[in-house]
Amino acid sequence: MTKYILKRILTAIPMILIITIICFTLIHMAPYDAVDSMTSPKMSQETIDLIRAKYGYDKPLYVQYIRWIEGMLGGNFGYSIVTHQNIADDLAVRIPNTIKLILPAYLTAYILSIILGLVAGSHKNKWQDKLIDGFASIGIATPTFWIAMLFIYLFGYKLKVLPILGMHTIGLESSFADYMKHFIMPYIVLVIGFLPDSIRYVRSSTITQYSEDYVMVQTAFGASKREIMFKHVCKNVLLPIITKLGMALPMLVTGAIITETIFGWPGIGPYFIKAIQGMDYPIVMAILVLSSTLVILGNLLSDILYCITDPRIREMG
Amino acid sequence: MEQSTKLLEVKNLNTTFQIQKNIVKAVRGVDIHVKKGEILAVVGESGSGKSVLMKSIMGILPENAQVTADLIQFEENDLKTFSKEQQRKIRGKEIAMIFQDPMTALNPLKTIGQHLCEVLKRHQGLKKADALKEAVNALSKVGIPSPESRLKQYPHEFSGGMRQRVLIAMALCCHPKLLIADEPTTALDVTIQAQILELLQELQEKEHMSIVLITHDLGVVASLSNRIAVMYGGRVMEEGVTDEIFYHPQHPYTRALLHAIPKPVTGVKERLEPIPGMAPSLLNPFPGCPFADRCNYTTDACREKMPEYHTYSDTQRAMCVFTGEELDKKDGKEKQNDK
Repeated sequence: MTKYILKRILTAIPMILIITIICFTLIHMAPYDAVDSMTSPKMSQETIDLIRAKYGYDKPLYVQYIRWIEGMLGGNFGYSIVTHQNIADDLAVRIPNTIKLILPAYLTAYILSIILGLVAGSHKNKWQDKLIDGFASIGIATPTFWIAMLFIYLFGYKLKVLPILGMHTIGLESSFADYMKHFIMPYIVLVIGFLPDSIRYVRSSTITQYSEDYVMVQTAFGASKREIMFKHVCKNVLLPIITKLGMALPMLVTGAIITETIFGWPGIGPYFIKAIQGMDYPIVMAILVLSSTLVILGNLLSDILYCITDPRIREMG
Repeated sequence: MEQSTKLLEVKNLNTTFQIQKNIVKAVRGVDIHVKKGEILAVVGESGSGKSVLMKSIMGILPENAQVTADLIQFEENDLKTFSKEQQRKIRGKEIAMIFQDPMTALNPLKTIGQHLCEVLKRHQGLKKADALKEAVNALSKVGIPSPESRLKQYPHEFSGGMRQRVLIAMALCCHPKLLIADEPTTALDVTIQAQILELLQELQEKEHMSIVLITHDLGVVASLSNRIAVMYGGRVMEEGVTDEIFYHPQHPYTRALLHAIPKPVTGVKERLEPIPGMAPSLLNPFPGCPFADRCNYTTDACREKMPEYHTYSDTQRAMCVFTGEELDKKDGKEKQNDK
């Protein structure tokens, strides 16, 4: 098994390198010049050339790439060309904020979807299933931002019970109660956003498992419904769902860009959106590389988890 | 013929499936019984209702199936009057069943030991340590070498034949009185088939249980069974002691089936005689004999209503408007006409 994991890690490294190359070239192919965000039309051509030279944009592409990679490896993600702030420092503040919101929301949705999915799948076509699957269908069709607006309108504007922006009330000493008040709305919106997809996944996985031969065989050997559910079906259903847990890793950075932006949550979301609007391409690149690296790491994590839980894969080594 | 007592007796069993808005009549008014210590073979082509019949008796059909019967007597109990919970307790303990495809019958994420121990704990109330000992015992009984280490392995580490042995071990570890074997060798290759059948026969003698062997292979049946029930279109067409079925078949369908067996006579090149046509649709079957469409002797009476059973001996009966003798005469006439 160790051999398998090592092999997987080794194949991940060139993948990450390729992703950095793709990110870098794609950004350079984008139809705007990064220097434009630092210059004004009144500047003379010499000044513009000076600025270009200062940031190294006059060098050939591969040199720029190598310098960029060198920086990334040393933890230097570069500087915002709009605010001139260190990107690594900004991310160090913003990523924890995002994680504080996404992690609880995702875990809640994950656990809830397993429970609801199993209930729906094991009661296929009965009222429990119709209710849960109905909710999931509507949920998939409803955009999160719309739910977010609905919440803001209802709780923030009509009932005036919850704040509609930010993480803390400005000017107030930060307290846990105040944090929770700000936290609850985006949290619920995100849970609702994550749920439907996962429920459907668990549900269909459960239905597939129930139609497997071994379930019928277990009934023939006198296993009760409970035994079949908890001792047999559950484990087989959870296996593919574990994969989903690993795949969710990149969400810790990019999982709630829209929700965060709507609620003014000081995480990656608004930061990223602002960078895109401001053509602040070092930030865009840093986040792209970060999230795609997390995708690869997430895949790796899923594979390792799968390997630990499934005896059939454990042996392939 | 020694009169032994009946272990299982079923009267007028009907099973229907509701598929969307259609009703499929898979089993129609079947009477069948199994005596203590005998091997009853239920023979028929695919879709004749043999598996469904047995699963109806076990109570393990999917939820869209509806089973009605006048009687399902197992020993002293009418299973029909049993609650679901009582029925469940009999399954795997008093009546066990093994299945067609051993490759998919075991949970891929559980070891063989877990499979066996679960059954033992459930029905024998054994503690884990005792259950493990019993499991080792059960595996060695079905001829699996080094059972202690095999217990810790997963189904994918076993070959098809070995998995079928594991299932037999699971089925027999609680010493059931009746074993239902649903085409236990269909998915296995020929040499393994013989081994598994031998094993079943040997265990049947050792454990004094009865076996219902569901198969479409008459060759398998000949060497193994005491009695045979031939099913077609959800009905029992003919039943009798093995010799009666093989040497004095009375029903046209049984005769056609026997003609379709290859005969290994050296030097003589003989074509097999297939039965023309296809198995009947069980969706809205017409009221008469289900074999009428493919039978050489069909008359109008055949299609109008179900023929009665003709009884030929204490053990043999066949459901056809004609008796075997009448059929023989017809055959004779045809031959004369041919000349």
